[in-house]
Amino acid sequence: MNRVVPDNKPVARSHASVDFKTWGPFVALLALALLGVLINPAFLGLDNLSNMLTRSAFIGIIAIGATFVITAGGLDLSVGSMAAFIAGVMIILMNSLVEQFGPGLTTILLGIGASLLLGLGAGFINGMVTTKGKIEAFIVTLGTMGIYRSLVTYLADGGTLSLDWGVRDVYRPVYYGHLMGIPIPVLVFLLVAVAGYILLNHTRFGRYCFAIGSNERVAEYSAIHVDRIKTMTYMLQGVCVALATIIYVPRLGSASGATGVLWELEAIAAVIIGGTVLKGGHGRIWGTVVGAIMLTMIGNILNLTDAISNYLNGTVQGIIIIVAVYLQRASWRKSAP
Amino acid sequence: MSDRNPPLLSARRICRSFGQNQVLFDIDLDLVPGEVHALLGENGAGKSTLVKILSGYLSATSGDIYLDGEARRYRSSGEAEADGIVMIHQELALAEQLSVEENIFLGRELRRGPFLDRRAMRERCRAALAELETRVDPRARVKDLSTSDQQMVEIAKAITRDVRVLIMDEPTATLTEHEVEVLFELIARLRQRGVAILYISHKLREIERIADRVTVLRDGRLIDSAPMAGRSKEELARLMVGREISDMYPERTRLASDAEVVLEARDMVVPGAVKQASFTLRRGEVLGFGGVVGAGRTALIEAVLGLRARSRGEVLRNGKPVALRHLRDAVRQRIAYLTEDRKGKGLVLNMGLRPNFTLLNLRAYCRPLIDRRREEQAFQEAIERFDIRLRTQAATAAELSGGNQQKLLLAKVMSIDPEIVIINEPTRGIDVGTKHQIYHFVRELTEAGRSVILISSEMAELIGLSHRVAVMCAGVLTGVLEGEQINEHEIMQYASGIKGVGVDEPRRA
Repeated sequence: MNRVVPDNKPVARSHASVDFKTWGPFVALLALALLGVLINPAFLGLDNLSNMLTRSAFIGIIAIGATFVITAGGLDLSVGSMAAFIAGVMIILMNSLVEQFGPGLTTILLGIGASLLLGLGAGFINGMVTTKGKIEAFIVTLGTMGIYRSLVTYLADGGTLSLDWGVRDVYRPVYYGHLMGIPIPVLVFLLVAVAGYILLNHTRFGRYCFAIGSNERVAEYSAIHVDRIKTMTYMLQGVCVALATIIYVPRLGSASGATGVLWELEAIAAVIIGGTVLKGGHGRIWGTVVGAIMLTMIGNILNLTDAISNYLNGTVQGIIIIVAVYLQRASWRKSAP
Repeated sequence: MSDRNPPLLSARRICRSFGQNQVLFDIDLDLVPGEVHALLGENGAGKSTLVKILSGYLSATSGDIYLDGEARRYRSSGEAEADGIVMIHQELALAEQLSVEENIFLGRELRRGPFLDRRAMRERCRAALAELETRVDPRARVKDLSTSDQQMVEIAKAITRDVRVLIMDEPTATLTEHEVEVLFELIARLRQRGVAILYISHKLREIERIADRVTVLRDGRLIDSAPMAGRSKEELARLMVGREISDMYPERTRLASDAEVVLEARDMVVPGAVKQASFTLRRGEVLGFGGVVGAGRTALIEAVLGLRARSRGEVLRNGKPVALRHLRDAVRQRIAYLTEDRKGKGLVLNMGLRPNFTLLNLRAYCRPLIDRRREEQAFQEAIERFDIRLRTQAATAAELSGGNQQKLLLAKVMSIDPEIVIINEPTRGIDVGTKHQIYHFVRELTEAGRSVILISSEMAELIGLSHRVAVMCAGVLTGVLEGEQINEHEIMQYASGIKGVGVDEPRRA
């Protein structure tokens, strides 16, 4: 059985074609940035860039969680309402803790802890109901989406929940502060992205996500705890939503029934623009990061020009999503045997 | 030859290639009205490809097809059906969510004006089902029917057409004995009506009963075509395989008389699949599992492994009860399972070869991040050990040939260094050379003191490799054959429930 294996290692050969697919989103981002500069040189200003990245952090962090869910063949529509619900609970909790602990660090840390626990719990519920109940993720998370949305409206009694002014002052730097010149939300975004990249590409969990998304039966016959891994992707998504909420709350210091509306679709759009396959089996963290930045950048560029009305933001985003996916599919088609 | 009627459908010098791989070489075939023509051959001999060409599902690379002496070139199965050439599929091709009658008239619905004529369709559907003596309700949804009822619907679908040539690809694989009898009566009636019938089956006894003429294919070549009268099953088997079967199989490992029992299953019951089964496996032994498709062999094994829920039963490993609730538990007990469904359960087709290989035992390469170098190294070793040929530059498992896929799957399963290897239909759809390698691999395993469970529908494989053969029939393990008992006749008797324990009651059900 000593057969000489030809030196065409499969890894080496697919480089050329994979390269384009990997770098496609980055190229698109650069092109968009170039357009921005041409339209208005102020685009490249440090203030503008840092502002833009800070804004993209919410969607970006949530989208990194969504990358795992989608790669493993799932979908989570509830993230927007989940964020609103968590924000609402956080504000109520911190307001009530002020009496006991004062508007200090303890109050905020407890709020943050509660937020993470809620995210984990909400993700756990999404995961368990889809896997153990054997219901499509679309339906389950459509349901929880409505539930969380109505819960936050109920908690706010149809109005707005406002964070105690004392707490606000202490909590403020989490959104507005800088560390080594980098806005804290951007820093968190970066950390989550790096962690997500390692988790998806260099651990068993990530490999299992790919396998499950490609073919659940094969995963099951490869002794993978499919239900457990899928539930974990939803929990990870929940934690990402909690993190995004934690940096979102100090921004406005309030939550209402209108908080986080359509975030789920923006997150999914970012994931898809980044080259993750919607039906699962293939995911890219850096693609998602680029996707999230691109979505914010479009709005930013429209703000800097009068050529296109700002109200057409959604139109431009929509066109870009469709074109991005079309280009990816086209290259898929070419590489198919 | 001279006393035959002129052929209705003839194939002349049919060749077919898939890419570089030629699977049919200059096949001639004549189907005569009122004649049952059996097509025989091993798996992969090209039977299915040939009938797909005859019925318009595939086109020939070269060669001609004549109907009533006129050249025909079918571009789709619809064109062939319009000429009265109808095929009953081995894999059922019914729309599950539609009702029986909707399926039977799918694509040729009877209409009155622009509307469906439901009453007329139901009446014709009832008549067809009555001819088959089945009690299937025309309004039932196909997905609610049993496999054998679905097969009957498939047959009803064929006979409601104006059929002149009926092609059946292993129609009895999922039928009960009574249904087989009904089918044979139907075939007799169709023959009298002047229909030409092409019948594919692995069951030589069936062919002996109903065939007027037999054609044997081997490795894509026509080996023999002659009247059935006066031929023995043994002769046909030899023609199919092309050599004495003993060449193919290595000598069995000699079993120590005190070889201990490494795995035992007691009183297994799996709802809807296994009614009663117990077996033991000893060190160094090959335990074969025989029976027809749907007899419950896969369900039994998957229940033992924790892949399927069982309602009763106990599994013992080295004499101690173990709870296998998930395949991971079986892996911990060093039991490996090679599934019969390479593409559906075995390999992630759009994934690379290396990740496929390591998927079952990924934790061995984690510390805690995946060590790509060690992974690659282990993969290269596996390529050598299992002789996986990367002649084509395959980036994903989908691009490998069937035989190489099977070897990759084998490498994946062996990566846990198992003591017990359960192999399900290891040679389905792979070529003779790879088969041979796999048989010798089984022998290597048992020589090294490991044990093998071999589930196979290929009789020769069971007989050639097994120390003992457990036979199942309709969810019941009817008997375990040893030594001289291991022969085709005996296995068939147990597989069809003529012999063995507890067979009367389930047969009637």
